Amino acid sequence: MTDTSLPEVGLAVAHAAPPTPEHTSLWKRLPVVRHVRTSVGLQRTMLVTGLVLVLVFVVTAVFAPLLAPYGYAQLSSGDVNFGSQQPPSAENLLGTTVGGYDVLSRTIWGARPAILVIIVAVTLSIFAGVALGLVSGYFGGWVDRVLVVIADALFAFPSLLLAIVVAIVISGGQSSMWGGVMAAAISLSVVMIPQYFRVVRAEVVRVKAEAFVESARVIGAGHLRIMGRHVLRNSTRTLPLILTLNCSEAVLTLAGLGFLGFGIEPTAAADWGYDLSKSLSDVTSGIWWTAVPPGVAIVLTVLGATLVGESLNDLADPRLRTRRAAKAAALSPVTAVPGGVATDRVPGVESIDELEGPSDLFDENGPRS
Amino acid sequence: MTNVVDITDLRVSFATDSGTVRAVEGVTLQVAAGEVLAIVGESGSGKTVTARTILGLLPETALTSGAVLLTRKDGSATHDIVTLRGNDLRDVRGRDAAMVFQEPSTALNPVFPVGWQIAEGLKAHSRISDKDARARAIEILRLVGIPDPEHRVDHYPHQFSGGQKQRIVIAQALVLDPGLIIADEPTTALDVTVQAEILDLLRSLPRDFGSAIVLITHNMGVVADLADRVAVMFNGEIVEQAEVRTLFSSPQHPYTQRLLDAVPRVGGRRLRDRVRVADELEPMAVDESATPVVEASDLRIVYPGRLRQPAFTAVDGVNLAIRPGEVLGLVGESGSGKTTIGRAIAGLTPVSGGSLKVHGVEMLDVKEKVFRPVRKRIGFVFQDPATSFNPLLTIAQCVAEPMVVHGLAPNPDEARPRVDELMEAVQLPKAFGDRFPHELSGGQRQRASLARALILGPELLIADEPTSALDVSVQARVLDLFARLQAELGFACLFISHDLAVVDLLAHRIAVLHRGVLVEEGTGDEVLGAPKHPYTQRLLASLPVPDPVEQAARRETWRNLRAHG
Amino acid sequence: MTSTTTGAPTGVAPPEPTTPATPAAKSRRSGGHLGSYLLVRFLLIFPTIFILVTTVFVLMRATGDPITASLGGRLTRAQLDERIAEAGYDRPILVQYLEYLGNIFRGDFGTTISDNRPVTEVVMTYGAATLELAFYALLVALLVGIPLGRIAAARRDKGVDASLRITGILAYATPVFFAGILLKLIFSVWLGWLPVAGRASTDAQIEIQRNGAGTGLFIVDAIATGDPAVVLDVLEHAILPALALGLLTGGIFLRLVRTNVIGTLSTGYVEAARSRGVNERRLLRQHAWRPALVPIITVIGLQVALLLSGAVLTEKTFEWKGLGFQLVQYLLARDFVAVQGLVVLLAVVVALTNFVVDVIAALVDPRIRY
Repeated sequence: MTDTSLPEVGLAVAHAAPPTPEHTSLWKRLPVVRHVRTSVGLQRTMLVTGLVLVLVFVVTAVFAPLLAPYGYAQLSSGDVNFGSQQPPSAENLLGTTVGGYDVLSRTIWGARPAILVIIVAVTLSIFAGVALGLVSGYFGGWVDRVLVVIADALFAFPSLLLAIVVAIVISGGQSSMWGGVMAAAISLSVVMIPQYFRVVRAEVVRVKAEAFVESARVIGAGHLRIMGRHVLRNSTRTLPLILTLNCSEAVLTLAGLGFLGFGIEPTAAADWGYDLSKSLSDVTSGIWWTAVPPGVAIVLTVLGATLVGESLNDLADPRLRTRRAAKAAALSPVTAVPGGVATDRVPGVESIDELEGPSDLFDENGPRS
Repeated sequence: MTNVVDITDLRVSFATDSGTVRAVEGVTLQVAAGEVLAIVGESGSGKTVTARTILGLLPETALTSGAVLLTRKDGSATHDIVTLRGNDLRDVRGRDAAMVFQEPSTALNPVFPVGWQIAEGLKAHSRISDKDARARAIEILRLVGIPDPEHRVDHYPHQFSGGQKQRIVIAQALVLDPGLIIADEPTTALDVTVQAEILDLLRSLPRDFGSAIVLITHNMGVVADLADRVAVMFNGEIVEQAEVRTLFSSPQHPYTQRLLDAVPRVGGRRLRDRVRVADELEPMAVDESATPVVEASDLRIVYPGRLRQPAFTAVDGVNLAIRPGEVLGLVGESGSGKTTIGRAIAGLTPVSGGSLKVHGVEMLDVKEKVFRPVRKRIGFVFQDPATSFNPLLTIAQCVAEPMVVHGLAPNPDEARPRVDELMEAVQLPKAFGDRFPHELSGGQRQRASLARALILGPELLIADEPTSALDVSVQARVLDLFARLQAELGFACLFISHDLAVVDLLAHRIAVLHRGVLVEEGTGDEVLGAPKHPYTQRLLASLPVPDPVEQAARRETWRNLRAHG
Repeated sequence: MTSTTTGAPTGVAPPEPTTPATPAAKSRRSGGHLGSYLLVRFLLIFPTIFILVTTVFVLMRATGDPITASLGGRLTRAQLDERIAEAGYDRPILVQYLEYLGNIFRGDFGTTISDNRPVTEVVMTYGAATLELAFYALLVALLVGIPLGRIAAARRDKGVDASLRITGILAYATPVFFAGILLKLIFSVWLGWLPVAGRASTDAQIEIQRNGAGTGLFIVDAIATGDPAVVLDVLEHAILPALALGLLTGGIFLRLVRTNVIGTLSTGYVEAARSRGVNERRLLRQHAWRPALVPIITVIGLQVALLLSGAVLTEKTFEWKGLGFQLVQYLLARDFVAVQGLVVLLAVVVALTNFVVDVIAALVDPRIRY
């Protein structure tokens, strides 16, 4: 998009904002912490809500054995069978499934395969995608063009269908917990690698044309040095954002696979998608408790990751970012900088230009940040 | 005489991440009907904010106080813009005052025909049929000098050149017949020859349309050319207001004096002479017989075409040479190929034909392996100080990079003593080495860039528009430093710039490029004192000088040249 | 799909060239390149399809032959080998691949193992149902997403915008089958307003078969019967599936429209129009909308893929007997020839749709048109 024509109001300048290695404390520099601190109003609410949901999800997955009243494949407590399709009771707080499992327990245990799939899929695809994007974008040429066409083709293809095909290949259908997790994770990687590839490549192509990379070329730095020291680290600023959105996608696709019968055997692990597919026939007879809990679990997990991702996106894009309105009360002498106005650009980027001002004003105070 | 605008004690502040910042502090000024008032100042002086306040065009984060009284052209109504809201504010915009923007390519909507866009303004203020609106659009396009307006009215912005786009933007403002036109850096994005045309058009507005103009600019030449009266802004305040001739002949405020002092002038005292006198350096004569550091003969550089675009010849048969210790100024407008030549010498752009020898190495089909040792002997300073440093490395690490790459230091820390030496040479405190690029100002970064370019003691420096992104006073300082270092170290230099005056300050010889062809070459006195090629003559005449009296005379020269060219 | 992140992820991004073209080069480049753009874009369909066909083939055959996969437990080794040899799966993989490509080129997408029907025939039979569902869903998505997205952009950061954004994100976070289950639970089971599943009730289906136009598009067929009761029945069945799939997609459209319109609302040309007194309503509907449309259309095109994924899940949820429903049946039957054939055919559909969408985007953008 084009810049706003507001040279002195400088919203546009923020595009140049570097990934901010500031001299503030490490804690405040951490990506998410920094984002929470700089956000306001709705964006802050969204971000915090998202973070809380993600935290709840992670805690549930890690402490499932402690939190769940029963095992995921447990059919009875003591000698008493739970029974099939039992409504919520003191024994089974959210009732039982058609297979006679405790719904609450399976919903809690279901966080485990979900988080495993996320971790494996995102790790796999981030390494492959970033490496391919870096090399492809940096060197260009016909390899680049072929990779771009392949990535575009895969990107435009229905991800669920692709995941199904890969899942068939890996597991031949249903399987154990790890088999199912790996099948889902690898099929997701196939879908996600093109995304990372595209984003990283686009960034690399942009960064490659920047003066500091050209400067390294003029100096005579080798390709490896330029890629590693100058291009790579400056090309990864959008990754946290895609990462969070991919977590959402991972959970949704895993659920979709489970729903279509490519999930994990109920005796091997709890799978939200699988449980939902089994609840389809329950619903017709008015049984809601088998469907709603796993469904809500999916929604909340995806919601958490998406809220974090959306907020990060807004905060990273100056056009979408909300700012505090000017307050009359705050009109104390804030302009320590002789050229004051400048700071209405994003602080730390261009603001200190005016420090220099006319030559005799030059001093060593440096920026205020 | 009635005032179109009457601003009293205007104060504007903005909310930012680091708290509230004052942009304008107590500005009071008036613009009389038909008058051209220039508001000058450097970036961050508050001039644009002041101008935008007149139309109520500040973002929501702004807090405004004071009064801005805007009077309709026929005197029938006066409004205080600061208190105006909603539809009342909308009604005033365009009708009482209209704006001409800096960047014509972003001020025009790319997906609508220009005629439609002009008509939009008309329809916002009166009930007018599509047919009449179109007729008015055609008429106004004709008046601002768009040829064949009946046909061009249906064209889209990308089908016009930059200068034509700016004419259309002016037409959009004019068609509403406002009493005031606010022109925010209206020629900054344009080449100097195009700038002259646009200035000529703007000059006719008060006379032909009865509009007053508020001209926002940082360019003192433009001020001298156009303004009746000048207000100088600094730190959000007006430090001086005067009639244009008075201001240039006897500036009162120290800031105004410094500002005028810092403006480079063609035919002014050359910096290298000044530096030598100050430092008592022996004037270093350029040895005409020495082997040139750079020698181009019949140099051709072509950007290959793709499926949807033809190949583009950026440089077409250029001959030039730079001898040891010589500064060659390369001047041209955008698209002239001047940057391409600089990049080719640095091995960033491949040479397509002819011959280019850099330190004796033939650059046509050169292998990186052959050229790599030569890179040590070349320094490069880039145009944009904002992007020329890796944002994740400290300044010291960036400056040390050439030493590490060429194995002269195992790591940036070992190179630190040498880095500190150079930081001192470019007049930056050593402590700045530990800062990150974004913590330095543009001018400071450009000096650090010079340090990086010089750290290996190169015999050739290529400087691609090193000061064009800087404010005038900062530019003066960087140029001064540049001249000093060149005199001390005696490196040869290719100095690329669009600004004749800047080149004249530094260069021993000047080469003028026009559409990839070298049209004229010689010493500063030869090329700028008595230009032979019509293009150089036109270029020189187009350049407004910061002196209203002299500029009036030059304007005549320019008119004559244009009439005969 | 992470549409917000990458803006307009098109294969052949129409606007600026990547070469260091100088302004002079750019200005010379105007004039009549719509034709060449269309040609390039059209030719790009073929590598896209080729890549997908190859990917699917390699993946599916990496595990072994389809016969063993499908009938593995039920036949003896000898019987399997006989069937494998009969179908030619014992030949070198490259030969099989080339033959497969040749077959696809001739429009032969294979014959299913489980019910021995040509894949093309399966598509003929069930394609209409999927098309109908996708059409309804797209209609819902556009009617919901575009106006609401525009409202959200115009009222940015106000209460309306906040609630619309949350709604959009919720729509995205809800798997289409869970949305379907909830809708069923509420409107069919508890309230009893709408049918639980299927495309029409049995009576209506018989009537359609007897007197319909035979298009397979039930709404067309129902109208052809001339019986309002049948039309109503068909519509009632369509409401929940269309809502489930359409609201999900609509949430994505909403987000997409909002982001792009906010982007164009802050551009110099909108600011310039505002400075001449053009009112906010018109700025939103004309000045900011048209330029935002190009990236919006492009990304909407990419959502066709998402819509198809969603259709598979929706069809299973509502027993809507279309291609997706059929695909799931074949999946459960381990009939991978059928799966492969259907997936490849869908790939072709997606590639063609994206082409059409890019052409529309190009027509909207005068920078490409002229």
